[in-house]
Amino acid sequence: MEHYTMNLKLKIWRQANRDAKGAFRNYEVSGISSEMSFLEMIDVLNEKLIENGDDPVAFDHDCREGICGMCSMYINGRPHGPWEGTTTCQLHMRAFHDGDTIVIEPWRANSFPVIKDLVVDRSAFDRIIQAGGYISVNTGNAVDGNAIPIPKDKADASFAAAACIGCGACVAACKNSSAMLFLSAKVTHLALLPQGIPEHDSRVKDMVERMDKEGFGACSNTTACESVCPKEIKMTNIAYLNKEYLLATLNNK
Amino acid sequence: MALTGIFLILFLVVHVGLNACIWNATGENSDHGLMFNTAANFMGSMVVIRILEIGLFVFIFLHVIQGIMLVMYNKQKRNIGYSVPYGNRGSKWYSRSMGLLGTLILLFLILHWINFWVPSRFTGVNGVDGQPLEMELADGEKIHNLFALMQITFQNLWVVIIYVLGCISLAYHLLHGFNSAFRTLGVHNPKYMKLIQSIGYGFSIIVPFVFAMMPISFYLGWVS
Repeated sequence: MEHYTMNLKLKIWRQANRDAKGAFRNYEVSGISSEMSFLEMIDVLNEKLIENGDDPVAFDHDCREGICGMCSMYINGRPHGPWEGTTTCQLHMRAFHDGDTIVIEPWRANSFPVIKDLVVDRSAFDRIIQAGGYISVNTGNAVDGNAIPIPKDKADASFAAAACIGCGACVAACKNSSAMLFLSAKVTHLALLPQGIPEHDSRVKDMVERMDKEGFGACSNTTACESVCPKEIKMTNIAYLNKEYLLATLNNK
Repeated sequence: MALTGIFLILFLVVHVGLNACIWNATGENSDHGLMFNTAANFMGSMVVIRILEIGLFVFIFLHVIQGIMLVMYNKQKRNIGYSVPYGNRGSKWYSRSMGLLGTLILLFLILHWINFWVPSRFTGVNGVDGQPLEMELADGEKIHNLFALMQITFQNLWVVIIYVLGCISLAYHLLHGFNSAFRTLGVHNPKYMKLIQSIGYGFSIIVPFVFAMMPISFYLGWVS
């Protein structure tokens, strides 16, 4: 692929802290390589801001290889930017052209309050996991991996759901700020496995209850979440979650 | 929403099937609405159907209330919106506009009830001259001539346009609602979901189209 450099206009949401009133500010960056990652482009901007004595743009990042789920930017009207199945850190500048204006916003949801600039508080997801996203096992020697037979199709479906990195793009894209795709992935990946079955009724009820308490919206199946998920978690997980919840409610456990 | 929605979908099957009897009044062998009026009279006089009618109104009311509550609940979840909305890139406009489409359908339903349900149940089925519109069966029994009432009602072009717009709103509402209802009830098997999606798309297009053709058929004189 041909390498090129570009000059870009950036429109970035700046907000000093959780309670401050935020606003967009315009910046310009030049000489950006098409081979840079999007976060490296922000690094370039921040170096320039620091040199000028300005406050650098705060943004979440950790692994920069698409698995930690920290990077969370709403780029040109889409969580994680224009590429499908890609986190912001894996988005490269070849997705843009010389002279482009890029609008960068934080996730917008009342359950994800802005901490600073593009950093949002996603601890609501942690509390949902704490409510039931685990299995209870005795400590001791690890059990042989093949001791419990698991059908291949279930193992595959469970693994696909377990790929969720909890980045929150589903909430960001959903018009209702619903966390159902995230929750469904967490419920499904355990409920499909033999180890997850003993607690599956209480797990789904506790996690749904926690999700509602955290103030996420109700799912109306618009599919926006599925279309932006960097790990391509499917809507079928939401239907599976609904089935689990319905049966758990009927079982009244 | 899913359970009430599926009940209303089942009602649409009965309603469209019964109303399709109007097309027995076409051409030289027209029955002048006999089959339609007989079917409508049967539905109106059966105790079971009358009980189901009460259930139907309860389900419509529940569906509307649940819809309003859902929209209001979800509106509170994002106080600050995006500068650049995601728009149609990941979801269909009608999936995001179920509240608006539902409101349009409700307004259409209110007109529909005033046009036909209120006269047949309460005020009487009368012509423009105020005289009762009745049809005499072979055994001498006189029944409401709703077919004639439809003929009179659908001579007004504006009424026909509103009915067609109501049917278009219904089509888009069903395009999302049909599949969404089954997802909500936990149908997750991709094979069954594909089948339900196909049936849903077909149902959402065919049923509102048949409904829309009824006022058009009367206005254009295809049934008489």
